[in-house]
Amino acid sequence: MTATTFEAAHKDAALEKPDDGRVFFLKTEHHPENGTLLGFWIYLMSDCLIFAVLFACYGVLGRNYAAGPSGKDLFDLGLVALNTTFLLFSSITYGFAMLEMAKNRVGTTLFWLGVTGVFGAAFLGVELYEFHHLIHEGATPQRSAFLSSFFALVGTHGLHVTFGMIWLVTLMFQVAQRGLIPENRRRLLCLSMFWHFLDVVWIGVFTFVYLMGTL
Amino acid sequence: MTPAPTSESVLFGKLTFAALPFHEPILIATFAAVAIGGVGVLGAMTYYRVWGVLWRDWLTSIDHKKIGIMYVVLGLIMLLRGFADAVMMRIQQAIAHGGAEGYLPPHHYDQIFTAHGVIMIFFVAMPLVTGLMNYVVPLQIGARDVAFPFLNNFSFWMTAGGAILVMASLFIGEFAATGWLAYPPLSGIHASPGVGVDYYIWALQIAGVGTLLSGVNLVATIVKMRAPGMTMMRMPVFTWTALCTNVLIVAAFPVLTAVLALLSLDRYVGTAFFTNDFGGSAMMYVNLIWIWGHPEVYILILPAFGIFSEVVSTYCGKRLFGYASMVYATVVITILSYLVWLHHFFTMGSGASVNSFFGITTMIISIPTGAKIFNWLFTMYRGRIRFDVPMLWTISFMVTFVIGGMTGVLLAVPPADFVLHNSLFLIAHFHNVIIGGVLFGLFAGITYWFPKAFGFKLDPFWGKVSFWCWTIGFYIAFMPLYVLGLMGVTRRMSKFEDPSLQIWFVIAALGAALIAAGIAAFLWQLFVSFQKRESLLDVTGDPWDGRTLEWSTSSPPPAYNFAFTPVVHDLDAWHDMKKRGYVRPTEGFIPIHMPKNTWAGIVLAGISVVCGFALVWHIWWLVAASFALLLATVILHTFNYARDFHIPASEVIETERARTRLLASAKA
Repeated sequence: MTATTFEAAHKDAALEKPDDGRVFFLKTEHHPENGTLLGFWIYLMSDCLIFAVLFACYGVLGRNYAAGPSGKDLFDLGLVALNTTFLLFSSITYGFAMLEMAKNRVGTTLFWLGVTGVFGAAFLGVELYEFHHLIHEGATPQRSAFLSSFFALVGTHGLHVTFGMIWLVTLMFQVAQRGLIPENRRRLLCLSMFWHFLDVVWIGVFTFVYLMGTL
Repeated sequence: MTPAPTSESVLFGKLTFAALPFHEPILIATFAAVAIGGVGVLGAMTYYRVWGVLWRDWLTSIDHKKIGIMYVVLGLIMLLRGFADAVMMRIQQAIAHGGAEGYLPPHHYDQIFTAHGVIMIFFVAMPLVTGLMNYVVPLQIGARDVAFPFLNNFSFWMTAGGAILVMASLFIGEFAATGWLAYPPLSGIHASPGVGVDYYIWALQIAGVGTLLSGVNLVATIVKMRAPGMTMMRMPVFTWTALCTNVLIVAAFPVLTAVLALLSLDRYVGTAFFTNDFGGSAMMYVNLIWIWGHPEVYILILPAFGIFSEVVSTYCGKRLFGYASMVYATVVITILSYLVWLHHFFTMGSGASVNSFFGITTMIISIPTGAKIFNWLFTMYRGRIRFDVPMLWTISFMVTFVIGGMTGVLLAVPPADFVLHNSLFLIAHFHNVIIGGVLFGLFAGITYWFPKAFGFKLDPFWGKVSFWCWTIGFYIAFMPLYVLGLMGVTRRMSKFEDPSLQIWFVIAALGAALIAAGIAAFLWQLFVSFQKRESLLDVTGDPWDGRTLEWSTSSPPPAYNFAFTPVVHDLDAWHDMKKRGYVRPTEGFIPIHMPKNTWAGIVLAGISVVCGFALVWHIWWLVAASFALLLATVILHTFNYARDFHIPASEVIETERARTRLLASAKA
């Protein structure tokens, strides 16, 4: 930014001017841009790398069945389709909540957040049922490197959704308590990014683990 | 040492009295010294009633300057521990020849070299680097604090928490005996059934959270909070290197987190990621850990390059030669650091093509690094060089680092690496670049910015003593290791059969003694400087005729850093301001918006340490309880919305008036 464009941007600021017209400090209060959304985005990208490692492990170890069951033997695509539907719908309903937030309506925002939570819980319920079923059949994480990397990848995603749920409930309390104040809007935006991010990761899991695993 | 317990109690898990090292005289003596010293310090603190001040002004502080200082203090304390390990190894290797056993049994020796590596990288180099970035970056970009002040405090305490867990392993149980990267299957549950690897895992996981968050924080700070007018290409070089380093942290540490989590699953749950059976692959671990590990060495060295750049341009009184090429070189190194990890295990057997690729990328890194060396040289060329202590470190670095770099290029040649892999040549190489690069840079940086942080300079005489002891000590300690490595001596040996090797190890031990003198001189320098602080006082805030914004404010800077946000027109903003007759404002002050201190960081980290300790010892009820408490505390903290306040204008006026008087007294 040159001095002139800078001055144009701060026309009403009272500025100290030495001889050659250069301004060396602002006389008014200066608020740098809030970095929360950028910071959260960077955090999400680092989280994405954790998933990248887990995907890489699955890519390398995912066919090491150690004479145990393979994905083709285990995966129930109907169940996974249901699961996926729940999670994708939860992203849509979170989007509705954000639209309501933009219209400054506390009640309907909370309603859609609640619906999102219900879908999230349904997703987790199906996942837990699937895990329970697999372990019951003897397809435990200890059985083979394939199952270790499967449980690690899908389980880490599930853990993220669980923490997202805790966060969601906490935020619903805070929105109910204080309304859609700037802090809460910022937090809802962060959770929104988190939630959609988990959706994107799940699409990867769905394709890479389940669809390709049953081929 | 600790026999693997056959059963676990509900209340204490694997923890029994057998975990306490009663049978180790060295540890008993160390513990006694630490306990007596610790009680003495705590007693003195209670006697002088500093607990309240400590809590209010330091432990709960979200001021980036105080957090930066705490990081540096943590790093220096851990340096003493890590160096004690080094001395023990040097003594052992100097005496255990031709049938002599030395004084350390192999299992103890193995823990020492593991602890030495872990501590020096994670709890010395990282805190020192992060501390300097924390202190300096906001000042250099004309900001009042970092983007997320609370996270900054939390990050520091998580790093300290990891350090506490490593220290606890010294007296309760054992530390990993696997080498600093804990390769499986050696670090798996069958080969390492004790708690050592678990201490390693949880210490690094807890500290890793801190490192990652401080990386996110500083990237957001540099991107969003630069003073008006400071475009990317007007950023000081140190800030540029800090940006690249923190990008690397964000892009590398999650890999470490993930791979350690998988190792812990193998150990705790019995999964088969890195096992020899059930389809696991230990090489997966080795690949992943070096995908983190190689960027890690650039995380450490880039800020050191930044420090040298600031020091060279300040003490030569010139604008840095080739600023743009310096920035590009930094960015290129940042990217290339991800494309070389496999050179750490050329002997894995990836084949000639893969090895060639990684050998060539490794050699390419020396090009931007070489460009930097030339930039520093050309900055010195026809400059009016002042040989102050930071400049001495810089010159010593340039010579030492070039040698280390050349042995690195040698190791990058796969056929040569097949001969030198895991030999003492490698040990000499990486100490050559880490001591000669990172550590010398940190000492230059600490000496350079010390007056900014404390308001008085460090005593130059003892600084020079420390400098010469370190430099000469380094060469005497590590050149023999190059020789031994070329003779085929491998690393991590606690005794040697061939008595003709002994003389080289004795020479290396003498070098370590000289380095010990260098450390002692540094500590003595701190003491002497504090004693003589009146005569070393920096009243102007600009003791070295600096060029960047941190020198435009007082030493130490006020809590708000700058009474008015600076406006930047040029690279070397402060030099530009001085040249164009900048007049310091003395009126028109307004209230300043600042973040509030918080207890949350230290409390959360404390609970994390308890949780980590419980995980190490399989005390499951405590794991569950502390994790639940951790979650509850985080949630509780989010209900605190009152996180900022205004420093009233009257207080700003008072602070600035005091500075006006001080400046007037300096002129008189």
